[in-house]
Amino acid sequence: MSGRVLVGVKRVIDYAVKIRVKPDNSGVVTDGVKHSMNPFCEIAVEEAVKLKEKKLIKEVVAVSCGPQQAQETIRTALAMGADRGIHVEVTGKDYDTLGPLQVSKILAALAKKEEAQLVILGKQAIDDDCNQTGQMTAALLDWPQGTFASEVALENDKVKVVREIDGGLETIKISTPAVLTADLRLNTPRYATLPNIMKAKKKKIANVKPADLGVELTSRMLGKYRGVTGKRKERATQQSRVEEWTILPNIHRTIL
Amino acid sequence: MAVLGPLSRIARIGSTFCRNRPLILTKSSQIRGIVSCIDPSHGLTDEQKEFQKVAFDFAANEMAPHMAEWDQKEIFPVETMRKAAQLGFGGIYVQPDVGGSGLSRLDTSIIFEALSTGCVSTTAYISIHNMCAWMIDTFGNNEQREKFCPDLCSMEKFASYCLTEPGSGSDAASLLTSAQKKGDHYILNGSKAFISGGGDTDVYVVMCRTGVKGPKGISCLVVEKGTPGLSFGKKEKKVGWNSQPTRAVIFEDCAVPVTNRLGEEGQGFNIAMKGLNGGRINIASCSLGAAHASVSLARDHMLVRKQFGEALANNQYLQFKLAEMATKLVTSRLLVREAAKALQENHPDAVSLCSMAKLFVTDECFNICNQALQMHGGYGYLKDYAVQQFVRDIRVHQILEGTNEVMRMIISRNLLAES
Repeated sequence: MSGRVLVGVKRVIDYAVKIRVKPDNSGVVTDGVKHSMNPFCEIAVEEAVKLKEKKLIKEVVAVSCGPQQAQETIRTALAMGADRGIHVEVTGKDYDTLGPLQVSKILAALAKKEEAQLVILGKQAIDDDCNQTGQMTAALLDWPQGTFASEVALENDKVKVVREIDGGLETIKISTPAVLTADLRLNTPRYATLPNIMKAKKKKIANVKPADLGVELTSRMLGKYRGVTGKRKERATQQSRVEEWTILPNIHRTIL
Repeated sequence: MAVLGPLSRIARIGSTFCRNRPLILTKSSQIRGIVSCIDPSHGLTDEQKEFQKVAFDFAANEMAPHMAEWDQKEIFPVETMRKAAQLGFGGIYVQPDVGGSGLSRLDTSIIFEALSTGCVSTTAYISIHNMCAWMIDTFGNNEQREKFCPDLCSMEKFASYCLTEPGSGSDAASLLTSAQKKGDHYILNGSKAFISGGGDTDVYVVMCRTGVKGPKGISCLVVEKGTPGLSFGKKEKKVGWNSQPTRAVIFEDCAVPVTNRLGEEGQGFNIAMKGLNGGRINIASCSLGAAHASVSLARDHMLVRKQFGEALANNQYLQFKLAEMATKLVTSRLLVREAAKALQENHPDAVSLCSMAKLFVTDECFNICNQALQMHGGYGYLKDYAVQQFVRDIRVHQILEGTNEVMRMIISRNLLAES
């Protein structure tokens, strides 16, 4: 086994930011808004780094798909202990329609190319809450999957995963290579230390285009309308300021 | 942590409520997007933003939840500071070969500003500790650096800085603590006042008189706790800075090895002044963090508190006051960062710039915090609300590290000097 772990990290709007819907209801305002690494991705990176510290794996590679700013997220992963990064450049319209299916195709291609032993992802992203990328990646690779992991233990070429499911906790043993998705209680991500942040500057981030991986990015979904719907709008004007903050916009998508 | 611009919230409220009374703010924020004008990461490099993020996260998770308790129970948070040291905050501008992080003065300012939003008093102590570690790193010989710096950078041991005496505060050069050379030891006699960390710390960087009167007769000695003849006064009861103990440090025939002297005899005052330049930037940075937190608290309160049928945020006087606070905060930040850069580059006017930064920023930030307290009304006076602790904690920044009056002395001397 190569001893290499691929960790997917996504750049999302920071969890503490109160989001705003664009005036034309086409989406959420992202310009100038504080972004950071998806909290579940942080947990995934932490788990990978922990495995490396236990000397169970040899290399942690952080991957992110998106425009130039995705490199910030990769740098954060490097500062937490990842060894190198891969930035898959996706910009413009392709980025607007980038969803779990496209990302999982990219990750599957990279996992094969890098001969990864494990692919660890966050269970879902806090902006779209899809909870699909990990599962789709495993399906495309025809690898076993250990999702909603709250405990991961590597035993030779098998992985014991304790999963948080509706009924409680489920323990499974799957063989590697495999895809794992991190749930909240898997670990507590470390703070990057000042020396590690400085070392991260010297670590390499490779630039790759989806075409280089043979991945086609056309979306099969059409985003139609995101906004506060009629009934909710009415309610909003009557409610107090404080309560208004907690109303989330309704997102409608037409799937073709 | 994310700092959401004041305009965005007002804009959201405006768009739903003020159909018949459109706020001008709504339109302009839609043009500019949600960018907070007081965001402290403006103008920073990506690496500095990473440092800042770690410091903010640490402050929010490890310090802010305990800030009130540390103040009320007067707890010296040793474990939390050691956690901070593990991240590299124990010797931020100390050389890496003895365990420091080797960062610049500007990086340091950014870090202390962020940490201060969690607890001013603890951050201020960490900055004093950093200053002592830097002094030993910069002016000590290799034996001294290797003996003291690694433990200080990891905060295995804590440091205190001893310059002020009961009889010499602003007139620091008139200090009386004497150090008589006897063989291979100095015998110290005298006392120091208002020493931060005094009694709980392990390493004391002491300015004492080895020679003639005035600045040229002062030397710098490192005294370790447990040395016979070293004792401490009672713990002072203070208005703020309660998470660090303050005591008098008393020397009675205290014998300190000559090998513990930093630099040459007579170099002490020079070392002290160089240390204070950085110390002034650090203290100003701590004031900035408190002011930033206070502006955020005031803004949040204004959006929630209602009087006369509407939120305080709709009151023009308070809107203007908040704008003034934000403007003063940003100008203060720019001045501190400029001074930090000047110090890093050994600019010929670095001393004056550091003094200007300390003078302006500590005064303005105190006013900002005070105004934020006022905007909270009666609630601002309750210890349940953090704003009063920021006010109490940064009040002393206008006094120590050189009073703001002494800062004026330094600046006017620079202006009026005959080439």
